[in-house]
Amino acid sequence: MAKFPGSGLLKGLGVTFKELVTPAVTVQYPHVKEAPPTRARGVIALKEENCTVCMLCARECPDWCIYIEGHNDKAPPRREGGKPRTVNKLDRFDIDYALCMYCGICVEVCPFDALFWSPEFEYSEVRIADLLHDKDKLGEWMEGVPEPPPLEVGAQKGKK
Amino acid sequence: MSSVLNPLLGVDLGFGWLAAIKILAVYAVVPVGALLYVYVFLFKMVSHMQSRLGPMEAGPHGVLQAPVELLKFLQKEDIFPARADRRVFALAPFVVFMSTFLLFVIIPAGPRLVAEDLDTGVFFALAVSSLSVIGILMAGWASANKYSVTGGLRAAGQLIAYELPMVLAVVGVVMQAGTMSLQGIVHAQADGAIFGVDVIGNPYILTQFLGFLIFAIAAQAELTQTPFDMPVAESELVAGYLTEYSGVRFLLFFMAEFASAFAFAAIGAVLYFGGWYVPGVEGLAADILGPVVMLTKVMILGFIIFWVRFTLPRFREDQLQMFAWKYLIPLSLVNILATGIFKVAF
Repeated sequence: MAKFPGSGLLKGLGVTFKELVTPAVTVQYPHVKEAPPTRARGVIALKEENCTVCMLCARECPDWCIYIEGHNDKAPPRREGGKPRTVNKLDRFDIDYALCMYCGICVEVCPFDALFWSPEFEYSEVRIADLLHDKDKLGEWMEGVPEPPPLEVGAQKGKK
Repeated sequence: MSSVLNPLLGVDLGFGWLAAIKILAVYAVVPVGALLYVYVFLFKMVSHMQSRLGPMEAGPHGVLQAPVELLKFLQKEDIFPARADRRVFALAPFVVFMSTFLLFVIIPAGPRLVAEDLDTGVFFALAVSSLSVIGILMAGWASANKYSVTGGLRAAGQLIAYELPMVLAVVGVVMQAGTMSLQGIVHAQADGAIFGVDVIGNPYILTQFLGFLIFAIAAQAELTQTPFDMPVAESELVAGYLTEYSGVRFLLFFMAEFASAFAFAAIGAVLYFGGWYVPGVEGLAADILGPVVMLTKVMILGFIIFWVRFTLPRFREDQLQMFAWKYLIPLSLVNILATGIFKVAF
């Protein structure tokens, strides 16, 4: 475009006019729903059987929004005639989404792959107390968790 | 207007009835025009310019959103700041609104559809439009708020600075038409000819293009629309003289802003685009087509006002003053000189 005083103003007017005649990029949310990206950080899901009550997530959580309670339990010995093993049983695992800031540190820090990001995002509540999701609710979110990305070529699989 | 109403109703309405009908008509036009502008430009056009849809829920494509907003403001509490000058504070929005209201008195929407066709129409329009400065100063001063005072003073300085180029730009049209009456100016454009071709008359945008540019810029500043929105610069003055207003009084300021944009677009359409005149249409057809054509022109001019408003960033105060005094006023004087020379020469 030719340079003359005020040409920038015309250029700006051109940009807004172009946007005026191009369709909007937004969608009318409750009527039209966009599928979130596969790995969107919508909600944190809990795979209960992997949790060992190590408390790492609760301790690393910057908002202290994870509440964990557990107890020691006896499990049958691995070998015949051995001593019964001590295992940690999870009694309570709550995430308060009213406090959570979706930093994902708990998911990062979990050494046993018990926490996952799920792309679900529609869990707003009328009462703020209902945003406290217990371990059953967190377990339900596992449904939406996508498969882990494939390993790199030549990578060794884990023992289990 | 009386020449429309008297035959229509079959009675000779007295002065009182006619005046009442005119006042009611103008009272109806002000909010309708304001709401039309708010919906079409403030709600929808700016939304689409920002790649979104704007209000979509209230009525089809959100057409009822503007009336809903109006009702919302009516419900809100009318707050007076503790140390405000209560009487002046309460009165200020009405002064501003009155200035807007009076503008509509002289705007012709058709050959016979005008509340009052004053012989000094242009003069009257420019005089009453600058009345709003008083209301804005009252609002700024009475709010007992430093932001409001700053906003009010900025508004006063700006409106005075841009009143001059506007008056001087319009002088060109008045000289060319040889009349100050807005109906007279429409007729002058309708009867005029471009180099002997009189198919579309002679809209003054062609001969007074410089004048129109100055008029448009000055009108943008008079309406305190961006890029001339220093008085309400929200990033530095909260909302300028509007800061302390709420409820119905804020609504009056808000309506006045958009209604006066409507009025200025109408005046611009009359002065430079031939107003209600449709080439080759006369009599009753002109009475019906005239308002439609006029409204179309008003919407197009409004589109330009708000297109600029939603695109350009704000002038700094010194740039704003410099632009008026150093560029616009000398240019408009040159325009008057040129118009005078052409008037004498041809």
